[in-house]
Amino acid sequence: MEEIGLLMQGFAVALQPDNMLLMLIGVVLGVLIGVLPGLGGANGIAILLPLTFAMPPVSAVIMLSCIYWGALFGGAITSILFNIPGEPWSVATTFDGYPMAQQGRAGEALTAAFTSSFVGAFVAVVMITFVAPVIAGFALRFGPPEFFAVMFLSFASFVGMAKGSPLKSLAAMMLGFLLAAVGMDTVTGQLRMTFGSSEMIRGFDFLVAVIGLFGISEILCSIEDGLSFKGQKAKIDLKVVLRTWKEMPKHALLAARSAIIGVWMGITPAGATPASFMSYGVARKMSKDPAGFGHGKIEGVIAPETAAHAAGTSALLPMLTLGVPGSPTAAVLLGGLIMWGLQPGPMLFVEQKEFVWGLIASMYLGNIAGLLVVLVAVPWFAAILRVPFPIIAALILTVCAIGAYTVSNAEFDIVLMLIFGVVGYVMKKLDYPLAPLVLALVLGDRTEEAFRQSLLVSEGSMGIFFHNWLSGGIMAAGIALLAWPLLGWLRGVIASGMGRARAA
Amino acid sequence: MSTTTLEMAPVVRSTAQGITRNAMEVATSVTLALVGAAAIWDSARIGAGWGADGPQSGYFPFWLGIILAGTSFANLLPILRGRGEHAGKMFVTWPQLRLVLSVLIPTVFYVAAIPITGLYVASAVLVAYFMMKLGDFTWRSAVPAGLATAVVAFATFEIWFLVGLPKGPLEDMLGF
Repeated sequence: MEEIGLLMQGFAVALQPDNMLLMLIGVVLGVLIGVLPGLGGANGIAILLPLTFAMPPVSAVIMLSCIYWGALFGGAITSILFNIPGEPWSVATTFDGYPMAQQGRAGEALTAAFTSSFVGAFVAVVMITFVAPVIAGFALRFGPPEFFAVMFLSFASFVGMAKGSPLKSLAAMMLGFLLAAVGMDTVTGQLRMTFGSSEMIRGFDFLVAVIGLFGISEILCSIEDGLSFKGQKAKIDLKVVLRTWKEMPKHALLAARSAIIGVWMGITPAGATPASFMSYGVARKMSKDPAGFGHGKIEGVIAPETAAHAAGTSALLPMLTLGVPGSPTAAVLLGGLIMWGLQPGPMLFVEQKEFVWGLIASMYLGNIAGLLVVLVAVPWFAAILRVPFPIIAALILTVCAIGAYTVSNAEFDIVLMLIFGVVGYVMKKLDYPLAPLVLALVLGDRTEEAFRQSLLVSEGSMGIFFHNWLSGGIMAAGIALLAWPLLGWLRGVIASGMGRARAA
Repeated sequence: MSTTTLEMAPVVRSTAQGITRNAMEVATSVTLALVGAAAIWDSARIGAGWGADGPQSGYFPFWLGIILAGTSFANLLPILRGRGEHAGKMFVTWPQLRLVLSVLIPTVFYVAAIPITGLYVASAVLVAYFMMKLGDFTWRSAVPAGLATAVVAFATFEIWFLVGLPKGPLEDMLGF
């Protein structure tokens, strides 16, 4: 059990007083970010990333990942008390969480949500502890064709598993890749798609894009609904917590099932949001009382929260081991690794043991810290939403502008942020998914590099991607996923054709 | 007047007038197709084939452009044939759009002002303006809140984190 020893070393890193303090700051900031509309995990981390350049990478990643855990916890607060999902993955939590709060069972709902979030995260971290080194060891043998195949598979799964239009996922993804390609070509040094503008030579920084796409657009979307927050009172004391905890073991099977769904969905780049919906759906389908869902059933809180947190956490597995993030937030953290001078991918586990295991140990501790913080401080966090919207909106816009500027000290980036904000608003309203766009923007250069290196080896033949069973198998899985929506479409065409034939 | 804007949204019905969803779908698809076309054109210009030393710079973006343009056209087809699943729906109603613009237009001015006045002054004005225009605050609370924002931001970034943000004539005058 080499992992246990390494994990203990990781705990030694994470338990240093400085890192503990950063963990606490991270969790508190994260919950705050999760509660506020327009500041989510992805762009909260994007805004704070430039401030961590001076820190040692392991401290920086501990703080930023704790922001992520905090945001995962925080999303549940607004969903249950205000019926406003602070994060997309807490939408499913509103279905039963808000009715529970209306019935005066807010404390119970919150305790259940936080506890099951913790359970989900814990399952995922244990999985990462033991599976990550195996995958990383395996991936050490990867060459450019295999890396391209893995990226191809993860992008294909966005198309194949998209809830909405696969064409729109594909379009958003291509836009992300193209934006990543703007500027200097890293291989030949040639300028691409700058169209004579000197501002474009730097290319588009994904942090600026994330702040605009997720932050500014969210403000614009939420103002549409008029935004007068009407919240339920949050009363949470030890008695309620203990009573709810006594009830929780009854739902252990549900939590386990939800955690498995979450872990699986988190590793494949589908992410926390679909995981929470799927887990909620499965829980309702398998329940003895499906009609009770939506009217304040505690199972309806446990299922999505466990899955969302499990998925959010396990999204870091492919990021750490393969350098392919499973969610937009993981993508931002991956961008952070590159900025701190670390090479994401399997070599991380060989060359940066302290970093990797410090991070994994901090996942255990950060989630415990998160659980304690939210249980103690729920009423204070809920009070933030009682601050009038104009003040919150102005402050968030300011914070976003500061975040965009500090990425590379460029005033033009603030303009870009605003443009990305409007683009994000339109895309969101038309159901273009933003996650593939961000992932393509982050991974664009590395994908292209792997693609070109492979073609260099094979002198232009696409056969290189099928040169052995490994990359061939991954590519085949990717192609199958891409073809999946096409099959469904064909079936629809044939079925309607037969229907028409029968009618005639 | 200023206090009523926020309360208008609940009366908005789905039948209200506005920009239709289909119009916006078409506009977005055409824009994306143009982006794709621009990528194809620029890639063809710098070479999208096989050079002496491997794939040329335009090789990868060229195909991205083709896929983007292709998918955009494919998105367009069902709408132009009147079979879009969102036919008849609104993208945004006029009252909603007015609310969005009430945030967006001041933000545009804010972003435009930052290079001139510096970030701190612009942020203070933004906070005060939002409070007075969108909320029902008087200048008595809005002005101090704006000032407080600027001072807290200044203390956090310039002094604590030692991160310089854009400064304008006011900061110069104060000697920073």
